[in-house]
Amino acid sequence: MSIIATGVVPAFAAPLAVTERTQTFASRGNWTVLKPLLVQSIGQTLEMVLVTLVIGGFLGLVLGILLYGSRPGNLFENAVLYRILSVIVNVIRPIPFIIFLAAMQPLTIKVVGTSIGTAAAIFPMVIMCTVATSRLVEQNLLPVDPGVIEAARAMGASRFTIIRTVLIPEALSPLILAYAFLFVSLLDMSAMAGYIGGGGLGNFAIAYGYQKFDQTVTWTAVIIMIVLVQVVQAIANAIVKHRQRRFS
Amino acid sequence: MADEPIITFDHVVKEFQRRGSKTPFRALDDISLSIAPGEIFGVIGYSGAGKSTLVRMINALEKPTSGSVVVMGTDMTRLKERQLRETRRSIGMVFQQFNLFSTRTAAQNIAYPLELDRWRQDYLERRVAKLLEFVGLTEQADKYPAQLSGGQKQRVGIARALATNPRILLADEATSALDPETTGEVLQLLKRANEQLGVTIVLITHQMDVVRQIADRVAVVSDGRIVETGPVYDVFAAPHDPVTRRFIATSVSGLPDEACIERLRGDWPGRIISVLVRQKDVPARDGHGAVPASGQDVSALIARHGVHSSLIYGGMDTVQGSAIGALTYGFDETEAALGPFLEDLRRTNDIIDFGTAAAPRRESHAQAGESGERKETK
Repeated sequence: MSIIATGVVPAFAAPLAVTERTQTFASRGNWTVLKPLLVQSIGQTLEMVLVTLVIGGFLGLVLGILLYGSRPGNLFENAVLYRILSVIVNVIRPIPFIIFLAAMQPLTIKVVGTSIGTAAAIFPMVIMCTVATSRLVEQNLLPVDPGVIEAARAMGASRFTIIRTVLIPEALSPLILAYAFLFVSLLDMSAMAGYIGGGGLGNFAIAYGYQKFDQTVTWTAVIIMIVLVQVVQAIANAIVKHRQRRFS
Repeated sequence: MADEPIITFDHVVKEFQRRGSKTPFRALDDISLSIAPGEIFGVIGYSGAGKSTLVRMINALEKPTSGSVVVMGTDMTRLKERQLRETRRSIGMVFQQFNLFSTRTAAQNIAYPLELDRWRQDYLERRVAKLLEFVGLTEQADKYPAQLSGGQKQRVGIARALATNPRILLADEATSALDPETTGEVLQLLKRANEQLGVTIVLITHQMDVVRQIADRVAVVSDGRIVETGPVYDVFAAPHDPVTRRFIATSVSGLPDEACIERLRGDWPGRIISVLVRQKDVPARDGHGAVPASGQDVSALIARHGVHSSLIYGGMDTVQGSAIGALTYGFDETEAALGPFLEDLRRTNDIIDFGTAAAPRRESHAQAGESGERKETK
């Protein structure tokens, strides 16, 4: 599943495996061993975050539009649908991700085939991401001027056309910022993937930094995460600023 | 109005369910009216009177609780969503807040309904260029709404509404967010669309001035009911309903109000009399006889009786090409000729006698004549 092939270092499935432990003790301070591990971890983190962002982000967009549209007075108002979706979202969202990861295990096995590894981490991440995105999308669609939607209706646009050509374009700036925010949340979630052998930067920091009393390793992971977040946020800000200059 | 009406409301009722109340709120109560093709039809009323709901039934953004709305021969209340979308493409709509798409340029906004209609790209571009020219915004084609003034935005809104060559244009408070000068420009544009393209316009407004400037006929809506309807001149010249009179007072300037009379008395201690000016007879709309013209022979009467007079206040407006207004004269109370003069004046004119500074009076409605194009006393 991993993007980066692991030629030198044997893949570690569970951090507490005996073979791995002897392996990694030798790694303390030894960057010829640590460097490929770090590269692999970055790859795993990016894989988890990006795959989740694409799948969960899209599903969340759909769910968010359903939440928005089914609200009373909106495009396809449906109080029952809104209640049901809202309850589902409200139930899942507050669960701490690390517990959610454990709780989802039986379902993860059914869907992914295993409860260990990067793919097994992605599945619950996608679900949590969908739920979190849906609320963000709903909240950012709400301020869209209902008058603009009415104008499109008056011109004979179908609901789907309105969503595609009016609703999303009108809310795109805040949506871009919402997805940047989401990227940070996903980075946070991916750090817990280590508990189920998903690897990634979080696991790297814990397994080779914290547990080996190696602050340099921990902080290397921290700094890489900070850089990732800053880059993504900066890109989002730049796009939004450019749009703002033209549209408002 | 020999033509078949293009829009017909037949006993339309619209009720909204109120939160926490068993009895629904009746927004429209038994509305029946018909609009002829090619006319500019004004609907005037205070906010909350139900006029926005009324206009939204024409393109079925709102559906009546009962009654029918027939537009271009089709009963809008019976159409399915898909057929409705087709019909809506031949009904343009302009809004108070313009409702332009903020991420589309002026040209792209105008192109939107054409895209919905799947126009071929080259036809579409030519059509957009023509519309931009029609509304005088060729220079602004590539600007975003945020970069346009209010008047320019509304002109884009009108071009967008006219894009698919609709037969009907609905204007919902189209000028209410604009300053007076821009309002005039936008109204002239609507008038031009009506004259050159033959589009029927239904104009919703709370500004009587708007109705006065471009409408052919007007319906006055109050509390969900049409209290008065007729040609604009007739309604202005001889309003029946108090609501209508209040609206007209905001648009026709000639009558002095209470404060103004006090001020005039300070300058003129003698008799003060206002004469209503109505250039032509108003045919009865309710079968109670025509309301005659007024204020047409004042100068002749003054000359014949040889009374001294002083013109101290007045105002005149043109509605559909005819004058409407009021003139206020000061007379010398001690003159012997005043009595017979006033008798003659009363016979052929609608007057309001304010008395003198020493003996002020305010004539009641009935005394001033049966029509009374005058303000309710404030």
